[in-house]
Amino acid sequence: MELLAFGDTGWGDELFRATLMTIAVSITAMLIGFSFAGIFTPLKLSKFKSLNLIANIYTTVIRGVPELLVIYLFFFGGSGAIMFVASMFGYNEYIEINAFITGSFAIGIISGAYSTEVFRGAIQSIDKGQFEAAKVLGLSKFAQFYKITLPQMLRLAIPNLSNVWQITLKDTSLISVTGLVEIMRQSYIAAGSTRDPLFFYSFAAVLYLLLTFLSMKLINKLEVKYSRGY
Amino acid sequence: MINSFPKLLNAAVITLKLLSVSLIVGLFIGLLFAILRLNKNVFIYKFAYGYSYIFRGTPLLVQIFIIYFGLGQIEYLRSTFLWVILKEPYWCAIIAFALNTGAYTSEILRSAFQTIKPGIIEAGQSLGISNKIIFYKIQIPIAIRQSLPAYGNEIILMMKGTSLASTVTLMDLTGVAKYIISTTFKPIEVFIVAGGIYLFMTFVIHNVIKFLEKKYSFN
Repeated sequence: MELLAFGDTGWGDELFRATLMTIAVSITAMLIGFSFAGIFTPLKLSKFKSLNLIANIYTTVIRGVPELLVIYLFFFGGSGAIMFVASMFGYNEYIEINAFITGSFAIGIISGAYSTEVFRGAIQSIDKGQFEAAKVLGLSKFAQFYKITLPQMLRLAIPNLSNVWQITLKDTSLISVTGLVEIMRQSYIAAGSTRDPLFFYSFAAVLYLLLTFLSMKLINKLEVKYSRGY
Repeated sequence: MINSFPKLLNAAVITLKLLSVSLIVGLFIGLLFAILRLNKNVFIYKFAYGYSYIFRGTPLLVQIFIIYFGLGQIEYLRSTFLWVILKEPYWCAIIAFALNTGAYTSEILRSAFQTIKPGIIEAGQSLGISNKIIFYKIQIPIAIRQSLPAYGNEIILMMKGTSLASTVTLMDLTGVAKYIISTTFKPIEVFIVAGGIYLFMTFVIHNVIKFLEKKYSFN
């Protein structure tokens, strides 16, 4: 137990900070994923075949390629790409991107592909009559989206989004390969310096279980909130 | 880009090996735990539920690290014959993958067993077929057919999961891709080739499952 003490003698405070880092990366990645989904879901539902194609390439490639490979692409290619863009604007110094940003972007793009599919499915399963009724009532496109589509979509999407959240949370463990100190990386460091990998990796597993358990509880509450009236 | 292709293709063979062995072992584990989940005994049921909860609630990376780095720490294990297996990263990766996919497969099969209409089992009973034969000849084939689409997804997820073998020094497709990227600093080209191979495998798996679904459809 003294291995988990807070302060200089144990790894308690380090692991606690690492857990907060995991939560922070997961939430950031999820939000980045939502913004990607915000762009690609309309493309998927668009009438234009070429726009469909773009969105389909995004979701198919991301869902068919291992997460780790995507992370390596961002880790090794990220700063190169940014430097290339910067050099077009005449900035030629070396730019290093923070591991947090690279990591949450990589996981965010992955999570966005899953969210896109979830939102597409949710919007498609809203009854057509709802849109027709909105039109008949003379609602503007904007009002139709915020008052009719969005609330119903959220209700249908939340159970599947909770799966996406679980996947995203677990995927953040892969960012440890880039050196960002989240649960997995911190356990690796602790295991290396105490030579007690069994304990620290098992403890990491417990932390992840705790995170998934607590987030499920929270999401269930949201689910109840959004399905009132049903 | 062209030079790296044969190397990556060779590595893809290791990925496929890891995938197929862990899927076969995982299928047996999944079937076993799905049957345990249907058991009326609370302890057996809870045990099977706990297994699937733990393996589905933690990242695969943690599971591999516990098995590869963690188990080697137990002195007792080092003296048994198990050590022959556990000191090899290849087998550790397969054990982790099989246990992981086993947990997901058990959930898929369990829900398939539970959606079998009771009438089908009753029909079997009224024809005088023994419960054992009903289970093996009626329930299992129907459950397998029911779970094909979900299992197809699981195979693809597992294929992506095998990329984690590269974290325990195995040179699978992702491992080799990372090695080439870090020596040539051409991340985009390598990503396109390695990603293309993965996508091709996804495509093949997807179509095989689709074919099986059609072949074993009820109509």
